[in-house]
Amino acid sequence: MAPQSAGWAGGKHNAPMQQTLFEARHLFKRYGDNTVVDDLSFSIAPGECLGVIGPNGAGKTTTIRMCLGQTVPDSGEVHAFGLAMPRDELAIKAQLGVVTQFDTLDPDFTCTENLRVFGSYFGLRDTEVRARIPQLLEFAALASKQNAKPGELSGGMRRRLSLARALVNDPQLLLLDEPTTGLDPQARHLMWERLQRLLQQGKAILLTTHFMDEAERLCSRLLVLDHGKKIAEGRPRELIAQHLEPEVVEVYGQGALALAHDAEHAALRTLAARVEVSGETVFFYTRSAREVLAALTAATALGHLRTLHRPANLEDLFLKLTGRQIREDA
Amino acid sequence: MSGRWWPVFMRNLLVWRKLAIPSLVGNIAEPLMWLVAFGYGMGALVGEVSVGGDANTKVPYILFLASGSICMSAMNAASFEALYSAFSRMHVQKTWDGIMNAPVSLDNVVLAEMLWAAFKALFTVSAILCVMLALGISHSPKLLVAWPVLLGVGIMFSSIALIFNALAKGYDFFTYYFTLVLTPMMFLSGVFFPREQLPPVVRAISDWLPLTNAVELVRPLFMDQWPAHPWRHGVVLVVTTVVAFWAALALTRKRFRS
Repeated sequence: MAPQSAGWAGGKHNAPMQQTLFEARHLFKRYGDNTVVDDLSFSIAPGECLGVIGPNGAGKTTTIRMCLGQTVPDSGEVHAFGLAMPRDELAIKAQLGVVTQFDTLDPDFTCTENLRVFGSYFGLRDTEVRARIPQLLEFAALASKQNAKPGELSGGMRRRLSLARALVNDPQLLLLDEPTTGLDPQARHLMWERLQRLLQQGKAILLTTHFMDEAERLCSRLLVLDHGKKIAEGRPRELIAQHLEPEVVEVYGQGALALAHDAEHAALRTLAARVEVSGETVFFYTRSAREVLAALTAATALGHLRTLHRPANLEDLFLKLTGRQIREDA
Repeated sequence: MSGRWWPVFMRNLLVWRKLAIPSLVGNIAEPLMWLVAFGYGMGALVGEVSVGGDANTKVPYILFLASGSICMSAMNAASFEALYSAFSRMHVQKTWDGIMNAPVSLDNVVLAEMLWAAFKALFTVSAILCVMLALGISHSPKLLVAWPVLLGVGIMFSSIALIFNALAKGYDFFTYYFTLVLTPMMFLSGVFFPREQLPPVVRAISDWLPLTNAVELVRPLFMDQWPAHPWRHGVVLVVTTVVAFWAALALTRKRFRS
């Protein structure tokens, strides 16, 4: 299998040289006057988990659709496993596992049948698929539900069945579009644990999510999208260090907003590198939270104000980069 | 297009196997009620019907009706499956989207749906044929030839139905297709009464209707005769099928490429 173009790291069969499993280059997509994806490039190395985060309408789903050949980019290229979209679409899909935002499980089939039938779409032999089913159900924590239909399963179970189904062809790369949206905390934690296991097995994952804790926990690298553009890329911790002060003091309760606006609190505000307001809460981003807290205690009757001192996290980064306004058009 | 339509066809077969008995009852009970009520009830009033405008070729009304209504059953069974059921899988359950995340192309999914709807039509037709044989309506050995012709009729009508499936925004749309396309065709294609009764203008239109050509091919076989113009009718059916399937593919691709 020849490399598709200069700079392309090579296919599955020259694995030792392989640097890149999947690569998107200069993707553009416009709908009318609206540029949904604007010169987006990224790549995924074997065993890596790349997270794509961004507000609603940032272009995450369109990007995933272009990766899958479901949407044709206006320009740009998608390569995977040394093959090119859309020319080798089916050959690429044979090596991919996909979990879409909305389940596409077969409601008339049991869990076992869902896996068997999905395996048949890959041209896998029935005996081969059958042999793998107990292991896949075990992985999805659905062994006791093998004869249940999707309608009888909880949301978390259905998502895990979708994940197990995406693993039926033993893919090198998984594309997961918001895999934990709508799940309760227990189901999310179980999903995360399973995804960690897959990463430990050496599988690569491309993940879109709205949950910053999910991104921080799972992703080795992040891509922050807004208005279809890549506005930041890097390891979660490094991105936080690069864009934010290390500590945050949140103040909320009646009268908290005065801290951000009133002249009498100007000195307090100088202790913070940045002060932001969101709803009823004031955020002090600072390198020395102790000073801010001390000044807060001195300056105000803290009785009815509540404070929270915490390290800066991905959510702060996300809000700094994409703004705190609700997107009406999203 | 490749052999990858087969697992999709098998998927539909597996689902259907679970519901086969109730679905069989639904599929054959209605056509049989028409046949019995009209064939025996009206048949007693009508007596014999002349076929093909030839006063010398007279057949019992029940035979006339049976040979026409079996084509109508193939049409209805294929249309129902390729409209309501295919739309459920495509739009409501998103089964097609799931399948296309595996290495199966949209063209193969559409081909599988088309053949599946035709298979269901063939199944329905076979069950009705068995009942007709048991009732002694026809014992023509040429029914063996009618059988593959009816499969072709199923393929044609499932291809046409998939055009409307590709255009549909919801199930309501299919009501138009049934009431404005299929029902008029049923009355104009010589299923219930000889087309010679139609005014000349209407008859000229009727000549080109897909169901007319199907009936013209199948009816003589029930009477143990060969069709008078097999090539003409065959060509109409084949051309209609090819054009309809091509259009269904193009429109479905358009629906999915956004």
